[in-house]
Amino acid sequence: MPDLLDRDTLGTVQLGGDERLARVELRRQIGRLERDLGRLQVEAFPRLGLDTGVAAPFREPRIAGLAELERVRDALAERIAEARSALNHKAQVETRNRELLQRMLAAPADYKWVRISRDDLGEPGCGHWHSRPRLGPLGMLMGWWRVKVSSGCPLPMRLAAVER
Amino acid sequence: MAAEVAGSDFDWESPPAQGWVAPQVAAEFPGLGIAWVEVDGRPRRSPEGVRRRLRALSDRFYGSHAIHMRERPIPWAYRVFFRQIGLDPDRTRTPVEQLALDRLHDGAFISKGLPADALTIATAETGVAVRAFDAARTEGELCVRESAPGESLPGRAAGLAQGTLTIADERVPLALLFGGSENAAPVEKGTRRIAIVAVQVNGVPQASVDEALWIAEATFGAA
Repeated sequence: MPDLLDRDTLGTVQLGGDERLARVELRRQIGRLERDLGRLQVEAFPRLGLDTGVAAPFREPRIAGLAELERVRDALAERIAEARSALNHKAQVETRNRELLQRMLAAPADYKWVRISRDDLGEPGCGHWHSRPRLGPLGMLMGWWRVKVSSGCPLPMRLAAVER
Repeated sequence: MAAEVAGSDFDWESPPAQGWVAPQVAAEFPGLGIAWVEVDGRPRRSPEGVRRRLRALSDRFYGSHAIHMRERPIPWAYRVFFRQIGLDPDRTRTPVEQLALDRLHDGAFISKGLPADALTIATAETGVAVRAFDAARTEGELCVRESAPGESLPGRAAGLAQGTLTIADERVPLALLFGGSENAAPVEKGTRRIAIVAVQVNGVPQASVDEALWIAEATFGAA
């Protein structure tokens, strides 16, 4: 896995003694990390909300020194690691839910009352699959279960931002 | 007199002027620049044509657009610059992202009259950060520089911390470079000539800066 922080590159520059070059390199790294974080946020939307906030070293704009730039770079790298972990976990959960749905469709009676939403699968929209008895109490007594598919709300397209 | 912007193919009413960046700041941030155009006119209600254009823009800005925006080169360039000057772009929004959030919050781009609507249209169309000053209250060339000891902005109890990055004229700071609303030369009721200013950062093409200024000038002048 590539080192997000390019520590060796920065170390080499600092050994050269030019602090300005070190700041240039840190700014370059910050630019790359910001791009990576942006891509992760786009990839996560709208399945997952990511916190991409990095505490600002200043309240007002100024030329940041080495220490401040390093803190921003390190914080961005940490956010990227957190985002990748969250996305990986979400992907694993969605995969397990898809496998559960397949099993439920094959044998609804084995998953009584289980409800899986499209969101659980990482799919857009607000429908769901629900294992329910046919004909109410009679179906429950007779063991007649089926998966009922709901298409969700009448409006197929909603602004994900509104939901938040 | 400031040099005109070279290589522009726009039909300018008055071509933009290029300001300067203090040497220490320019050395730290190559690609940082400032340009402006001055237009005659006073703040007023936007005509129907401008309001119609805002409505059309509103239809092109929605939730996923705001999210995908940070992948686009110019919004990304401003986000990176914000990080490099010590600001968090998720708290202190870049101008184009703030516009997108306002549109989501309000349901549309709300008309706020001219020149505000001209700035909204220019920023929304190009992603370039533009703002307006009362040209009669600025003196000489505009620049980007660090604040000196004792300098301040209107409405502040304390002065600016030395080294704060500002947009300034030949005498005083006019505003923070980014991240603040204080303005030493605000456009007000009595304004008769407006300076529309664009701040260019590394990664923002000159053509986009020209386009943003031209859109703002043309929108204001067509009303």
